[in-house]
Amino acid sequence: MHRRGVGAGAIAKKKLAEAKYKERGTVLAEDQLAQMSKQLDMFKTNLEEFASKHKHEIRKNPEFRVQFQDMCATIGVDPLASGKGFWSEMLGVGDFYYELGVQIIEVCLALKHRNGGLITLEELHQQVLKGRGKFAQDVSQDDLLRAIKKLKVLGNGFGIIPVGGTYLIQSVPAELNMDHTVVLQLAEKKGYVTVSEIRSSLKWETERAKQVLEHLLKEGMAWLDAQAAGEPQYWLPALFTELYSQEITPEEAKEAIP
Amino acid sequence: SAKIVVHLHPASSNKEPGPFQSSKYSYIKLSFKEHGQIEFYRRLSEEMTQRRWETMPTGQTIQVNKDPRAGRIRAVGIVGIERKLEEKRKETDKNISEAFEDLSKLMEKAKEMVELSKSIANKIKEKQGDITEDETIRFKSYLLSMGIANPVTRETYGSGTHYHMQLAKQLAGILQTPLEERGGIMSLTEVYCLVNRARGLELLSPEDLVNACKMLESLKLPLRLRIFDSGVMVIELQSHNEEEMVASALETVSEKGSLTADEFAKLVGMSVLLAKERLLLAEKMGHLCRDDSVEGLRFYPNLFMTQS
Repeated sequence: MHRRGVGAGAIAKKKLAEAKYKERGTVLAEDQLAQMSKQLDMFKTNLEEFASKHKHEIRKNPEFRVQFQDMCATIGVDPLASGKGFWSEMLGVGDFYYELGVQIIEVCLALKHRNGGLITLEELHQQVLKGRGKFAQDVSQDDLLRAIKKLKVLGNGFGIIPVGGTYLIQSVPAELNMDHTVVLQLAEKKGYVTVSEIRSSLKWETERAKQVLEHLLKEGMAWLDAQAAGEPQYWLPALFTELYSQEITPEEAKEAIP
Repeated sequence: SAKIVVHLHPASSNKEPGPFQSSKYSYIKLSFKEHGQIEFYRRLSEEMTQRRWETMPTGQTIQVNKDPRAGRIRAVGIVGIERKLEEKRKETDKNISEAFEDLSKLMEKAKEMVELSKSIANKIKEKQGDITEDETIRFKSYLLSMGIANPVTRETYGSGTHYHMQLAKQLAGILQTPLEERGGIMSLTEVYCLVNRARGLELLSPEDLVNACKMLESLKLPLRLRIFDSGVMVIELQSHNEEEMVASALETVSEKGSLTADEFAKLVGMSVLLAKERLLLAEKMGHLCRDDSVEGLRFYPNLFMTQS
């Protein structure tokens, strides 16, 4: 057998191959990755320093959290993407929001049979605070919204619906389109809505209004008061202010823990 | 008990209004029930010698205590305390503004990382896949650390990294028993709560969970991720066969004549969410019919199929 790879010829071939290799610029990617790795280490150090000075600020101060989140969003960074990310590991932001996610899920599950899976941000906030107890960190409504946005990816139908200056939080995979949303917004003022109101405010046909209301009834998000004076009223339990901060009963709490 | 008596000069004519305008006593008696009189006497003598209260600005209003029982002597001490509180407020403000400043600087650096990742992504695009798999995995893990979305593939954060592979294997271990206890199927929301409650610390993000679950099948683990038409995501044991469960669901519904998702859930001991998905699947397969009214969604055996 011929011996290959030896002698001047082989060396020349090798040099040629290397040159071609360089030409293809594969080495360039390697260089940049190495650079990124180094810069990543530097950034990690910076973050550690920041954390040692201001970690408590993030935990204690809701306004600071908002600033932090907004800045991250502006530059295209998601500090809550992964528990394995630097932000989570060093600033502890992750645990704060992921735990909040668990608490939000529990409250929504416990109250679903009452409100069909729709709850105002206010009521959710109150119930979550109650569940956390006196000695836990304070959470703001902004914190809840951010935690909910992350929960969407679990496919459980979490959604945020803007109504009259606040939000309704959906926690069931019911399909709520623009028509439903708009009727919810209309109902927000008084907690209920009628077909006539929909017709006059939104200029819809009766049929369209009825379809939307029936869908909400079916989903358990609306209750029908057929005995109301005048015409039937469609009430949204999520908007009953009298039901706010009613305790979660032990039966409901059981429902909440899978 | 030990006593210290402090004799007072008569009040001067231009005395400021205080808790008491006059008193029949010309001295104050301090009684030390346990101890402390020696130290107190030392400090009192010092202050009486230095008379620091005469040089301190008394800009703050001294509140007149209307409570007759109070009897406490309002002195410069209160002003000192108020000043301390003010300093603490200023300190807190300074801390916040320092924190914001540091935050801005940190974000500048983070922005550089984002730019660099974009530039690498562009190089990768140009190369049209001339990047090794190892390099791809490295790049992905860098992105994961920073929380930057993958600019090349627009994949969700961190899919396909070693971290998520490890996580997938862990999940397979943790979830085996809970799944068996729950009839072989759990919604992803249930899994999220279960796993994070068990961890207590270093919790998983929702995306971590989803990305790990996406790898279950390819890693040939005994669980899999399944997504229903409604978008509901579940984890099933490989041995679980939802279509078979549909057959038993049909039996249950037939026995009772008709069932809503709530009723079925209670009977079988499932969550309402999964009960509904099973009934919907049974309907999709043609075994059940729906009666959709404002009273709720009710399922009946599909007699059109069986009795034609």
